[in-house]
Amino acid sequence: MESWDSWLISTFARALAFSTPLLWAALGEIYAERSGVVNLGVEGMMIIAAIIAFATAFGTGSILLALTLAALVAGLAALLHAFISITLQGNQYISGLALTILGLGLAGLIGRGYEGKPLKNPMESIDVPLLADIPILGPALFQDQHLLTYLGLIVAVILWFVLYKSRLGLVLRSVGENPKAADSAGINVSLVRYGAVIFGGIMAGVAGAFLSLAYRPSWSEGMTAGMGWIALAITIFALWHPLRAIFASVLFGAFFHLSFRLQGLVLGFFCQSDAGWQFATLSKQGDASAAICQSSLTFSAEILKLLPYVFTIIALTLTSLSKGKGAFGAPEALGLPYQRSKR
Amino acid sequence: MKWQLVRQEAGPLRVILISLAAVLAALSVTAFIFQAYGQPPLHAYQEIIKGTFGDFRGFSEVLRKSIPLLLCGVGLVLAFKAQFWNIGAEGQILAGAVAASGVALFSHLPSPLMLPAMFLAGFLAGGLWGFLPAFLKIRLGVNEIITTLMMNYIAIYITLWLINGPWKGQSMRGFARSDQFDKSAWLPTLTGTRLHYPTLILAILLVILITVLLLRSKLGFEIRIMGQSPSAAHYAGINFFSTTILLMLISGGAAGLAGVGEVAGILHRLDHPSAISQGYGYTAIIVALLARGQPPATIITALFLGFIFASGDVMKAVLRMPFQITGVISGLVLFFIICAEPLMHYRLRRVPKEIPLKAVKGDA
Amino acid sequence: MQHQTLLEMQGISKSFPGVLANDRVNFSLLAGEVHALLGENGAGKTTLMNILYGLYQADGGTMVIHGKKQQFKSPKDAMAQGVGLVAQHFMLARRHTVAENIALGLKNTPSLFPTRRLRHEIVELGEHYGLAVNPDAAIYQLSPGEQQRVEILKALIRGADILILDEPTSVLTPQEAERLFGVMRVMKTEGKGIIFISHKLDEVMTIADRVSVLRKGALVKTLNTEATNPTDLAQLMVGRAIEAPQVSPKTPSHHEVVRFQDVWVKNDRGVDGLKSINFSLLEGEILGVAGVAGNGQPELIEVLTGLRQAYKGDILLEDKSIKSLGAKALFEAGIAHIPEDRNHMGVVGAMSVLENLVLRQYRYPPFARGGWLEPQAIRHFAQESIKTYDISTPSMQTTTSLLSGGNVQKVILARELSGNPKVIVAAHPTYGLDVSAIELTHRLLLEQRDKGASILLVSEDLEELFRLSDRLMVLFNGHLMGIMPTAEATRDKIGMMMAGVA
Repeated sequence: MESWDSWLISTFARALAFSTPLLWAALGEIYAERSGVVNLGVEGMMIIAAIIAFATAFGTGSILLALTLAALVAGLAALLHAFISITLQGNQYISGLALTILGLGLAGLIGRGYEGKPLKNPMESIDVPLLADIPILGPALFQDQHLLTYLGLIVAVILWFVLYKSRLGLVLRSVGENPKAADSAGINVSLVRYGAVIFGGIMAGVAGAFLSLAYRPSWSEGMTAGMGWIALAITIFALWHPLRAIFASVLFGAFFHLSFRLQGLVLGFFCQSDAGWQFATLSKQGDASAAICQSSLTFSAEILKLLPYVFTIIALTLTSLSKGKGAFGAPEALGLPYQRSKR
Repeated sequence: MKWQLVRQEAGPLRVILISLAAVLAALSVTAFIFQAYGQPPLHAYQEIIKGTFGDFRGFSEVLRKSIPLLLCGVGLVLAFKAQFWNIGAEGQILAGAVAASGVALFSHLPSPLMLPAMFLAGFLAGGLWGFLPAFLKIRLGVNEIITTLMMNYIAIYITLWLINGPWKGQSMRGFARSDQFDKSAWLPTLTGTRLHYPTLILAILLVILITVLLLRSKLGFEIRIMGQSPSAAHYAGINFFSTTILLMLISGGAAGLAGVGEVAGILHRLDHPSAISQGYGYTAIIVALLARGQPPATIITALFLGFIFASGDVMKAVLRMPFQITGVISGLVLFFIICAEPLMHYRLRRVPKEIPLKAVKGDA
Repeated sequence: MQHQTLLEMQGISKSFPGVLANDRVNFSLLAGEVHALLGENGAGKTTLMNILYGLYQADGGTMVIHGKKQQFKSPKDAMAQGVGLVAQHFMLARRHTVAENIALGLKNTPSLFPTRRLRHEIVELGEHYGLAVNPDAAIYQLSPGEQQRVEILKALIRGADILILDEPTSVLTPQEAERLFGVMRVMKTEGKGIIFISHKLDEVMTIADRVSVLRKGALVKTLNTEATNPTDLAQLMVGRAIEAPQVSPKTPSHHEVVRFQDVWVKNDRGVDGLKSINFSLLEGEILGVAGVAGNGQPELIEVLTGLRQAYKGDILLEDKSIKSLGAKALFEAGIAHIPEDRNHMGVVGAMSVLENLVLRQYRYPPFARGGWLEPQAIRHFAQESIKTYDISTPSMQTTTSLLSGGNVQKVILARELSGNPKVIVAAHPTYGLDVSAIELTHRLLLEQRDKGASILLVSEDLEELFRLSDRLMVLFNGHLMGIMPTAEATRDKIGMMMAGVA
């Protein structure tokens, strides 16, 4: 059995890797929602990007081309959503849902021939020079990770800076908070929203591509496994803030990773001794050997896997409780179409 | 004279025509996909029709797939009427299936009571699954779309946990399934088919009940006011809390019944979530939207989507296409419906330039 | 002071489906003047200004600004020509700071750190005009008066020299309004032109140099304020001589139907909206409530109709406490409510006339039995109501949103008055209605009074209050300033109270 500290380090390293697609997708969704448009199609955009990326890399061998195409296709899917929610002023929630249903279906169709085939040239993982040699921190954070993991962290910081310190960010936030005010200030509300939604799609595309090119360089049906929904949850959990999204992604990533890691882990035994039924942990098993140990309590991966979803509901509830207290909460025009000449 | 976009609600005939156009548009886009898959579209459609409407067995499959869609769809119509965006029918199906399985596996009820008890348990469990999002929305203003969705995943993992852990069958040789139910917990089917007709009858009764409820009951009136204008509903003194809870109990309960039908009518055990529902809960959203708030119309729209699902099986077996094609068709139908939405509310009309002088109301 | 023409609008027309909002209106503005635009609600003032600001495009007419012919496609164009608008509903993002809100509309803000340099300018300009406001405060932390200052600063920093102020005093206390007039005077001396939209005559007389009166979309007359007086202006505005109160008050009853005892109510922002209110509503009287908008009227209406709860004090109906009852229980107890927002609260626009006629009484016999509705009884009632109240609708199945404002109000009146209520709370019952609907509403309210109902009439229309009320009370900043028989009230006295001078 591996030692506890090496177990912790590798857990953290894998959680960080797992958080990467969550972070990319959540950052994109944060920008889209900051402009006032909800896109429930993240899951659909991610999976379609995942298969496009895999198929391209499989066919051409070019990771860069695969990534680009995946981002492009996801961006196009987002454009469809933007058209319906901004131009046609349709129901954003239904449109996003349609995108997810369609994306899952299309990816299944395209991907049938690729099932189970390994990618010969996956995205390579790197060790960060110098930093990788730091004890503990090095293996936990800087060894055997993917470039996109670090890039995601950098992008998060940049997006935070743009959102709060630049004119572009001011415009984006204004469109999501009070589109009428933005319009009267001469800003093209629709254009900004189109831009933000498409950007969100591209980011989800990168997230999807990461899955099939780097994290698990292969294609399997439904491989996004609800990560798009988790990204939506992170968006809310992070209160629409790019830096908080880093923390939320790592937290949710850790949950996901642990659910695989801890599967089947035996926590202890129910033992019958002279003193009646007792619960014995692993370390005490020896002491209890005189007793008859019966059913074991094993760790259930399913219960751990549902925790992120429970967490999301709790996070949403907390967000709602603090609503109206000023700086926190959803953009005020979130989900509302903007009609200009409404009388 | 000039043209102007005028807000005008479309009449029933127009609504039907526009909906049909949306469906046709989706099916024609699908034709391209057939082509891309190396199947001549016309041939493909022929095979699909043959496999679904060609004989009674085929048609019974269409009906069988319509049952959960009808149950969930009519429940969603009710929820959507109140502007409660219940995306959680999928989880409510599973909750119903789990509860019914619990009764079937562990209750040892006498035979005649078994099935009614299962349906009752399923209804309550589905309703319970809808209760929490309704509670959070009304009391704290939590967005129900996300919460109902999250509840779906929670239901999936609870089901998985049960079939991998405590309820894992002794006789299943390592497969993650529960033991088979006692025969008393099996729904009868029409001979030679998998059509568990008692659930179908139940679904149709529910459609009638919800229709009457919406049109003729106080609760239905309240639901409609609440959905159309929350401030008028406050003014009318409608209790948002009890009304929403009640309607979600019915909406979730209906989905729960669908879950009971699947386990008692077809699987006869608690199985993998994807075996219990092939995404019926999500597709039911399309059933409800296509029905345009008219509960009786769900009978037609559920049949249509049941046909899409059944043809998915045909395409898989005959045309060797993946079942995911049904997702593509459903997604496309959904897209085209939303795109057609403005046509329902607006109309291009010629208006005379000179308008008789009239007092301006509400100087905007 | 040079008086060059800043703006010349000629023959401006604008129609919306079914209405002619502006009918060949002429309007001009000189540098260094305040030009008031006066008219009742719905006279077309806001439409005209929205055309000037590029929010709407005129169907006909010309607009010359700074000597050049202009046609604005959007507010951006208008701003580029120096037109600034301070709208009634502020165009501010609530969560952003003052500086961020101002930076948003500026063309030359830097791409990075857009507010850094601007903060000084805000402070300086604020001091110069008397519009001091903290540039780093978030909007939601500011009072309406302060938010208005931000709007004015926004326009000034953009370099506006044609400033439109749309009913600016409606959100202000009298002191704040006085202060605003001071700001306007400074702007005048600097050669800016100000368009002052209002329906308050005294303000127009105080601050304006010229006044244009609009009625039903058309310009009635443009006058120099020096050459006119409030009475004439009122006549031009309403289009008829204001009739002397022809309603003789009834012999007063002493029976108290409703009694407010030290009632305190919080408003939506969590601040006290009503403070220690004590009064009684007598049997068979109309008690008029006067006050500048937002001084506690909505809270008073809502607390008496069960839409809001008092957190202190007690409200009695026939000596029984109704403090903790909701809208349903109070309707049952005989309190009818004619709400201010008739299109969204008073009726459900998407439902039929028939359904709206029983929106509040559907749950009682004969309209319902057990959990079920009785369509027969409802249809019968609707037929009667449509006939009695002369509601003009194609059928009772017609969608209510298709009716005119007057007919919507008739639906509400028919419903609310049908049960012979003990108490009627009428909130701005004639706002935006045409003359015949106004007269019908007045007649019905008086009839109810004569039948013994107690009516609380909240209105911003002083004429209406004086004409109908038996007694008048004035609300200011959540306080009850005073209550008196209408016969003893004068415009001056009421006006002073409305301004907070007891």
